[in-house]
Amino acid sequence: MSESTPVLRVKDLHVDYRLSGGLFSRGRRVRAVAGVDLVVPAGSTVGIVGESGCGKSTLARTIVGLLPPASGQVLLGDVDLATASRAARRRLRPDVQMVFQDPYASLNPWMTVRDLISEPWQIHPGIVPRERWDAEVDRLLELVGLRSSQRGLRPHQFSGGQRQRICIARALAVRPKVIVCDEAVSALDVSIRAQILNLLRDVQAETGVSYVFVSHDLGVVRHIADTVAVMYLGRFVEQGRTDEVFGAPAHPYTQALLSAVPAVDDWRHDRPEEIVLGGEVPSPLAPPSGCRFRTRCFKARDSCAQIEPELTDRAAGHQVACHFAEADARYGIVG
Amino acid sequence: MTYTRPPHGGTPTPTDGAPLISLTDLRLTLGRGAGAVDLVRGVSLDVPQGTTVAVVGESGSGKSLTALSMMGLLPPGVTVGGGDIVFDGTPVARLTEREWQPLRGRQLGMIFQDPLSALNPCIRVGDQIAEMFRLRAGLGRREARDRAVESMVEVGIPDAERRARSYPHEFSGGMRQRVIIAMALSLQPRLLIADEPTTALDVTVQAQIMRLLIARKQARGLTMILISHDLGVVSRSADSVVVMYAGRVVESGPNREVLTRPAHPYTVGLMRSVPDRRRPGAALEAIPGQPPDPRTVPSGCAFHPRCPMARDRCRTEVPALRPVGPARASACHFADEVVGDGANLPETNDASEVSGHV
Amino acid sequence: MTLNPVSSAEAPDRAAAGPGTPTPEANPPVPAPARRRVPPRAWVALGFLALVVLGAAVGPLLLPYSAIETDLPNRLLPPGARLSDGGVALLGTDQLGRDLLAQILAGSRVSVIVGLATVLIGGFAGLVLGLLAGYFGGWIDTLISRLGDAQLAFPSVLLAILIAGVLGPSLTNIIIALAVTRWVIFARVVRASALTVQGLEYVESARVVGAGHLRILVRYILPSCWAPLLVAGTAQIGLAMVAEASLSFLGLGVPVTQASWGATISDGRDYLSSAWWISTLPGVALALVVVAVGLVSDAYRDHTDPRAAL
Repeated sequence: MSESTPVLRVKDLHVDYRLSGGLFSRGRRVRAVAGVDLVVPAGSTVGIVGESGCGKSTLARTIVGLLPPASGQVLLGDVDLATASRAARRRLRPDVQMVFQDPYASLNPWMTVRDLISEPWQIHPGIVPRERWDAEVDRLLELVGLRSSQRGLRPHQFSGGQRQRICIARALAVRPKVIVCDEAVSALDVSIRAQILNLLRDVQAETGVSYVFVSHDLGVVRHIADTVAVMYLGRFVEQGRTDEVFGAPAHPYTQALLSAVPAVDDWRHDRPEEIVLGGEVPSPLAPPSGCRFRTRCFKARDSCAQIEPELTDRAAGHQVACHFAEADARYGIVG
Repeated sequence: MTYTRPPHGGTPTPTDGAPLISLTDLRLTLGRGAGAVDLVRGVSLDVPQGTTVAVVGESGSGKSLTALSMMGLLPPGVTVGGGDIVFDGTPVARLTEREWQPLRGRQLGMIFQDPLSALNPCIRVGDQIAEMFRLRAGLGRREARDRAVESMVEVGIPDAERRARSYPHEFSGGMRQRVIIAMALSLQPRLLIADEPTTALDVTVQAQIMRLLIARKQARGLTMILISHDLGVVSRSADSVVVMYAGRVVESGPNREVLTRPAHPYTVGLMRSVPDRRRPGAALEAIPGQPPDPRTVPSGCAFHPRCPMARDRCRTEVPALRPVGPARASACHFADEVVGDGANLPETNDASEVSGHV
Repeated sequence: MTLNPVSSAEAPDRAAAGPGTPTPEANPPVPAPARRRVPPRAWVALGFLALVVLGAAVGPLLLPYSAIETDLPNRLLPPGARLSDGGVALLGTDQLGRDLLAQILAGSRVSVIVGLATVLIGGFAGLVLGLLAGYFGGWIDTLISRLGDAQLAFPSVLLAILIAGVLGPSLTNIIIALAVTRWVIFARVVRASALTVQGLEYVESARVVGAGHLRILVRYILPSCWAPLLVAGTAQIGLAMVAEASLSFLGLGVPVTQASWGATISDGRDYLSSAWWISTLPGVALALVVVAVGLVSDAYRDHTDPRAAL
């Protein structure tokens, strides 16, 4: 992977959700993303893992512009998407695309495959001249492993895996720099999941697109991501090269996550007993003081309630937000 | 091979030989007459007392339907088209709804994938559990209530006394699944059927729930059938594994042997479809194509269009499930080749990693 | 476990399925999983509706009806009775001796026009307002929804009486009065489905691609609103016909010189015990039309909605 200039940078991003209020009260605000920095280099894959409710999907949706940030920046090149003019946003829109989780809900059921893929060219004239649409649709279909004879069909005539291929083709149609995949393979069967993961890799090799790959599936992220960020309650607790983070996790939460992943032949592991975390993720309405993870942490001490740990470098390109961080390869899942 | 950590299911418990439940050539059919489609096409399965049997397969393999048939909960339109289900010596495949009633709860318990839809949203959780005791065990209101709180404590719900007065939507996914487990186990059934019990849960919660299930199972001497698509979960908790494809059993055997030396190309394919820790970043060996539609199952071996080993014989002759070693069976014409072949995972101390769900 | 509705079980091209290459997933999915066939009852219903429309168009030419011309010797004759002049009154005659078949044919004109026009006009207004409310939300939604609520709190017939009373009796005014009372129902139905669809991932995918509001409304939201709108419209065609009857009964409907089913039904009320056919037969006609419209719209919806092709 080239270490060239980043195509996308997220700086100190905060995103709020407004809970619907009552008749006379304004809704309360929930901070779903509470200060996140992220760099997406060209042609590489950044994984974001975390449990449900940690804010990873909110982060993904903010990056593609579906949600407005409360503060902070989403920088595409040097332009901040949040403050850019309407025209600039419209021009930059094609650069960041998204593949959604549910292939049964993310394609307009009334449109044919050809319409689905060529629609972005209608919206952004100039990407592909009209007379080349058919040829370009065929090229994209072939790229994602479908047949050009299938372009007249509608989404319901395809299986889940094939629909996800169509979604990828549609995302690629505008020649994006970044594709955000929000749980893009989670809804697929194991054997189909592998096909789509391979396809994403091949597409990256061919087009040089970057991925932000959001998933709860650690095995999949470990497989596809070059760098990874572990998210807990709206913040990153650990971040770095995938082999570093998954090979020798240093944050207690990452260690617990990785140790909880069951492996096919677990009995041959010399891994320590899995860490079973007590309790559940606290409500983002009232995050714990100090370190957000301390209520479930097996290393927590009194000081954790007072001082919130910052992400600090533990090794080159490996940052951890824990006062008692200690890299431990026993919990790692990379050989 | 080093054996440093037993699977959480423990070593296979000695059995008295008699299966608690057994299926013989079970067929489950959708519709009637000319348009009828077999969704499960002859499944035979023995579950010995006190063991955990995992049924593994992708969507459409018929694994969930097989589980439902053992509870008498087949969806409308699906009927037992042939074969038999024998529970504790009694044939149950053709019982009426009224005859099923006394079996459910007292003899058979079930846990579903989606704990929210399995609970009544308008009734307090404690009352839902208490209802099991009142209606099925004939306890009085007070006593049923106490038993409900007790069983919530047993499944590790903190502050059970107060939480019993909450409604299902006030519980998190993991806590709801605990409630479902409490309900399923409330009448001390002998067989517990868990259909994808942790698929909807985060990985740390999944670990909690699987621990709980196995602890309760061991404390009560329960027999368990675990339906799952996640080989990792299966490997941690099952004694034996049954792999299903297109409505048939393609492989069965003891957990460790099946998952270390699979004897069917489909099992091999499943294991290779998940990211492998020994080759991080390498392309996954995906199984090409997709599972067949039950209306148009391929001739011969149903897996042959996707099988890397398929030969002419596979296209014409349906392979029978036949023994391939002690307590193992495979429905592949070339099972011996698969076991002895490089198709197997090398015997190293490395484990192949299976995707877990956070 | 569910049955996968889209089947494709053919052999994949194994040569292309090596690791790394994008594996074309099995073959072309079966072409359209046999769209549900249009049930025969829908064809029957459609035929009946065609007959009604034809009857409304040309019937009065064949069987002239006069509101003024009375034929007292032949009053209150049952269906099939022989008239004094030798003819046969197929559906009987009313209290003034007018032929009931001619009345029904003539009345179908008013009923069909009022039913269709009300639903078209009210439906269009409701569609536009409902789409805007459901899609944009916020103050637009509040404004439209509150307006609708306020209007619904007022009995719709009363409102229609008020409007028709102010505008005076004429076919156009009846349609206006009824359309004003109906738009809320359509708007609510459309708003509800627009709200549902707008949270779906495929609408978000359009936003991500950069589609504007108009495109999203027309190509993404609107198609999902047709089915519920059609169902509501079907029910409303019947209700509009009935409401027209009420207005006609109150003298606020079409002028007495014009026949309408509603007017005939109310005319016959005094004779229910002695001459049941006067009220019953137009009533039956009304019921048949409503049922037929329902059948046809169901079949149409099943046939066009790609998601219903399971």
